[in-house]
Amino acid sequence: MDVYMDNNATTYMKKEVLDAMLPYLTQQYGNGSSKFYKIGRVAGAAVRDARDVVAKAIGAKINEIYFTGSGTEADNWAIKGAAFAKKDKGNHIITTQIEHHAVLHTCEYLEKHGYEVTYLPVDEYGMVKPDDVENAITDKTILISIMTANNEIGTIQPIAQIGKIAKSHKILFHTDAVQAIGHIRVNVEEMGVDMLSLSAHKFHGPKGVGVLYIKNGVKIDNLIHGGGQERGKRASTENVAGIVGLAKAIEIATENLDENIKKLSYFRDRLISGILEKIPYCRLNGPTENRLCNNANFSFRYVEGESILMLLDMKGVAASSGSACASGSLDPSHVLLAIGLPHEIAHGSLRLSVGDNTTDKDVDYVLEVLPPIIERLRAMSPLYEGVERREN
Amino acid sequence: MYSEKVMDHFSNPRNVGEIENANAIGEVGNAKCGDIMKIYMNIEDNIIKDAKFKTFGCGAAIATSSMATEMVIGKTVDEALALTNKAVMEALDGLPPEKVHCSVLAEEAIHSAISDYKRRMGLSDEEKNCSGCCGRCKEENE
Repeated sequence: MDVYMDNNATTYMKKEVLDAMLPYLTQQYGNGSSKFYKIGRVAGAAVRDARDVVAKAIGAKINEIYFTGSGTEADNWAIKGAAFAKKDKGNHIITTQIEHHAVLHTCEYLEKHGYEVTYLPVDEYGMVKPDDVENAITDKTILISIMTANNEIGTIQPIAQIGKIAKSHKILFHTDAVQAIGHIRVNVEEMGVDMLSLSAHKFHGPKGVGVLYIKNGVKIDNLIHGGGQERGKRASTENVAGIVGLAKAIEIATENLDENIKKLSYFRDRLISGILEKIPYCRLNGPTENRLCNNANFSFRYVEGESILMLLDMKGVAASSGSACASGSLDPSHVLLAIGLPHEIAHGSLRLSVGDNTTDKDVDYVLEVLPPIIERLRAMSPLYEGVERREN
Repeated sequence: MYSEKVMDHFSNPRNVGEIENANAIGEVGNAKCGDIMKIYMNIEDNIIKDAKFKTFGCGAAIATSSMATEMVIGKTVDEALALTNKAVMEALDGLPPEKVHCSVLAEEAIHSAISDYKRRMGLSDEEKNCSGCCGRCKEENE
């Protein structure tokens, strides 16, 4: 049995999305910027319609939506673009320790070029304190970038509160909302953000297309230089099919939001309670409230995450881990370390993220195969020896 | 990412467990880095009669422990000491670059167990069976 439990990594593309895209991959192959013949205009109109759909989905105006090649590009553009545009005003950026690497590594890059970055800590559930944001502001602060919801442990941040703080200090506020669409209500007005990043493949759209919302009146530098696409702000021939697919996907995700949240939370909660009940020496990472409806993250003591993933894979279950081996570095996940987990417990983490196609049978299967996997690895683990003896 | 041999030794590890009354025990690595290998041996007449392991770590750590124990069983102490991480890696048809350290750990675990044996037999002047790499003894004494 194959069970996909890695929807925070990516999601399958919906049939309706593919159907909407197909004409623009075949017959309607015109360049969206070619206005003097019909197939160019057809493509241009498709991009315009898509822009309108995206704007409506997040409570923005049509001329505030800019298509990009990915969520990562949108983050890079927002942060570097704001930093370069505001460099005469100041050089200080505020972000958090638990951002996606698209934000963290961009900030680290800017540090090498004379910018100063405050990486705010989070509490044991991964929550940023709005007071900490306010206290970190200096007269040099030009940008605040804080994610809407965390991709590893699902913590939903108090974005609207932070938005008010940013506004009262007249500082640009960007949020990486890549995990949010289809899982929480995203409205740029309510959130009080100046910029917001999205990525289609996280909500059943195609890979290779994203959005940066830039509020009217906010001026940031361009990141991709070239032709005059996206009203001169983002060069590159429009990925027409991808843009159409993104729009279809966001339309479906936001139309059925409440239903979706209810369905996904049900599977998430079944996983959480089932695993905590069946497996000893296990903890839930991240909060129980204000948590992404599709995300569950655990640490199993005395075992290592990559081994768990490999044994799960042999049983047909796709999941992910924040262990060093799984992340391809020497340290375990920066998010798990930021919530205060010791290295050895962070190494034993497992993220299970449910999705649109998750069923009760999938959850039953994971709850059946996971406990013996953990047991088997513990039986092999020298760290577990003492624990066993104390138990017996 | 892993060879078939690595997958085989990971999914059906040989020699997992402890040896009661082992006369050679070595432990290397540390939990902070995400891998610990503990090797037990029974050495008689200078020959490694049996070897078992317990490992906390990734797929490569488990597979190298399994392969290393298999390779030293039946060998003399000196032959086992000559076992290199490269030989363990070759026997597994290679490891990804970021996993080479697992094979180093396996070599060190064998060495550590044999040092323990020599100490028990009064064949060594070494006071401690420690490569000094992990700092764990220090942590435990704090």
